[in-house]
Amino acid sequence: MSDPVEGGTRHFTRFSRTDRLMHGFLMFSFLGLALTGLPLLFSHTHWASVLARMLGGVTVAGLLHRFCAVILIGVFVTHIARLLRRVFGEQDYSIFWGPSSMVPQPRDLQDLRDHIMWFLGRGPRPAFERYTYWEKFDYWAVFWGMAIIGGSGLMLWFPEQFARFLPGWVFNIALVVHGEEALLAVGFIFTIHFFNGHLRPEKFPMDMVIFTGSVPEPELQHERPAEYERLKQTGELERLAVPPPARSTWRLGRIIGTTAVTIGLALVVLIIFALVTS
Amino acid sequence: MRTRGVLLSAAALWALALSFSARALPAVGRSPQPPADPPAAAQPAPTNADCLVCHEDDSAERADGRPVVVKPATFEHSIHSPLDCVDCHTDPAAAELPHPEKLKKADCVTCHSDAADIFKISAHATAREAGSVEAASCTDCHGTHDIRPKSDPDSMTHHLNIAATCARCHGNAEIIARGNLPRDMTRAFADSIHGTVLEKSGLMVAPTCTSCHGAHDIRSPGDPQSRVGMGNVASTCGSCHEGIARQFEGGVHAAVLKTGSRTAPACQTCHTAHSISRSESHGWQLSVINQCGTCHAERMSTFRDTFHGQVSSLGARGAAGCADCHGAHEILPASDPMSPIAPANLVKTCGQCHENANENFVKFDPHADKHDRARNPALYYTSKFMFLLLFGVFGAFGLHTVLWFGKEVRVKHERARRPGTKS
Repeated sequence: MSDPVEGGTRHFTRFSRTDRLMHGFLMFSFLGLALTGLPLLFSHTHWASVLARMLGGVTVAGLLHRFCAVILIGVFVTHIARLLRRVFGEQDYSIFWGPSSMVPQPRDLQDLRDHIMWFLGRGPRPAFERYTYWEKFDYWAVFWGMAIIGGSGLMLWFPEQFARFLPGWVFNIALVVHGEEALLAVGFIFTIHFFNGHLRPEKFPMDMVIFTGSVPEPELQHERPAEYERLKQTGELERLAVPPPARSTWRLGRIIGTTAVTIGLALVVLIIFALVTS
Repeated sequence: MRTRGVLLSAAALWALALSFSARALPAVGRSPQPPADPPAAAQPAPTNADCLVCHEDDSAERADGRPVVVKPATFEHSIHSPLDCVDCHTDPAAAELPHPEKLKKADCVTCHSDAADIFKISAHATAREAGSVEAASCTDCHGTHDIRPKSDPDSMTHHLNIAATCARCHGNAEIIARGNLPRDMTRAFADSIHGTVLEKSGLMVAPTCTSCHGAHDIRSPGDPQSRVGMGNVASTCGSCHEGIARQFEGGVHAAVLKTGSRTAPACQTCHTAHSISRSESHGWQLSVINQCGTCHAERMSTFRDTFHGQVSSLGARGAAGCADCHGAHEILPASDPMSPIAPANLVKTCGQCHENANENFVKFDPHADKHDRARNPALYYTSKFMFLLLFGVFGAFGLHTVLWFGKEVRVKHERARRPGTKS
């Protein structure tokens, strides 16, 4: 990919500063949770003990895990609050249906089918809108994951309080669900999400939009032609036009992104190693 | 007054005479018996001074080169110093000097018959009977001309020196190999809590080899009557750790051992025999979990699946291990009302760590098995569901990713071959 900071390419806003900040907190806390949680899930392996020691011991790792959990819960609550404000404060119902909505729609099924046909060389690449079906899946996977992992995590954090109204065997289930769902989340983000968003040949080494907030015009045109056409026709495109991202922003994004991808892939390797050798 | 003076002098003379006769012929009360057959000839028995004429000489040696020197300084400090050479070296042939090179060996039994009787049943004696010349006899542990009472700090059998005395054979790789002895435990013992306290702190209450194995009556551990055999070790350890031994006697493991079965652990099964470490050490407490697991494999595997087990596996002592819930020595089944895991005691047992544990809380299964539908149905189905979820998501998206990757690689190739082609 050419350096979009150079040259006179037009850029259009895709994610607001708050969106990016939220994703930043999500990334940070998710990586922290994965790093501090996986040693427990793979406690029978040697690397788990080493990793736990590197993090300052099991007790410190446990504290960091809870610290990250609080941040992630904060992100989740803030996200819900922002949605509620859009609906009730701004009477913005676009989150429920249409191109700006995360709600799965018939178009997504069509896109999925067409995309697979394109993979197989039996049709053109579908013209995607603002949010593709795999992005929606990412979103709902995280949404469901936060509820499940967060809920079970709180149970395991405060078992005595939860036992006031729940039978103790729920904690047996909470532990299994917390661990397996976390494995799903970690495995999904560090392989599928990384691939879809960053590592596939067209995007390699990474998509910078989540760090810079804006997409260069040719990229928007190529990746999401339906959105591009819609924005052009409604005249919204011009309102979204922004100057190219500052070089410092770009560089910072590269550093953060590379670090995150490296940690994530390293954890995937450790997980696979543990699964294969156990 | 005069009469009294005469009487006193007579008494003194008599006492002097008596003491001389005692030196010449050690008799009743003093251990050594006089030789059964006094030298046939009228020749008087050689005195110590007679013997030392030759034996004091550093260069005196046998035909094969072995020295025969006896240092008077050494002998003087020995417990046997009041004795004459011939009290132990009773061979009549010794009477005529110079005596033949080969004399009958000094026999301790002459005086120490009770110790000798006990020694007869020992592993050392059995080995000697079977032909070993290296298995310990009296002098190997007690010395020869330098024998000191065990109360003497310089004695080979002083409490603080015994480990070194035994190590002369049991810490010598060659002797171990030759005699097919148990493997060298001296290093392990020295590093153990017992060895450290004994050797570094010099505590006389710390056990040394003989405290557990016995002295004259040492038997091999396989011998049912051995003090360190599975059936007797609890009472052996209990001679110091009496409170613990009493707890152990009340538990299931002791009950099994009492039936003669050897499937239950005794003290050394968990604590090891020689490398015993402080039970307060976290490392040991964590390692003993695996020890329980050698018999209770299934219980241990389900334990490892829980948060308690995961934390323990990572080497932290923050979460419950076996003994925290089951007790250490007095382990009882849940059906016993005295057991800490009896249903009525669970709130209290869990409450040791989980302060506000209630009746609900203790319905947690610390050994839940997600594969056991009968025991943990909800967990079983949850786990099945999670497996299908993971399998489904990774399967579907894995395939999606592979296809996508293949397509993008082909598109890139295409573009490289024919620039300007649209995908």
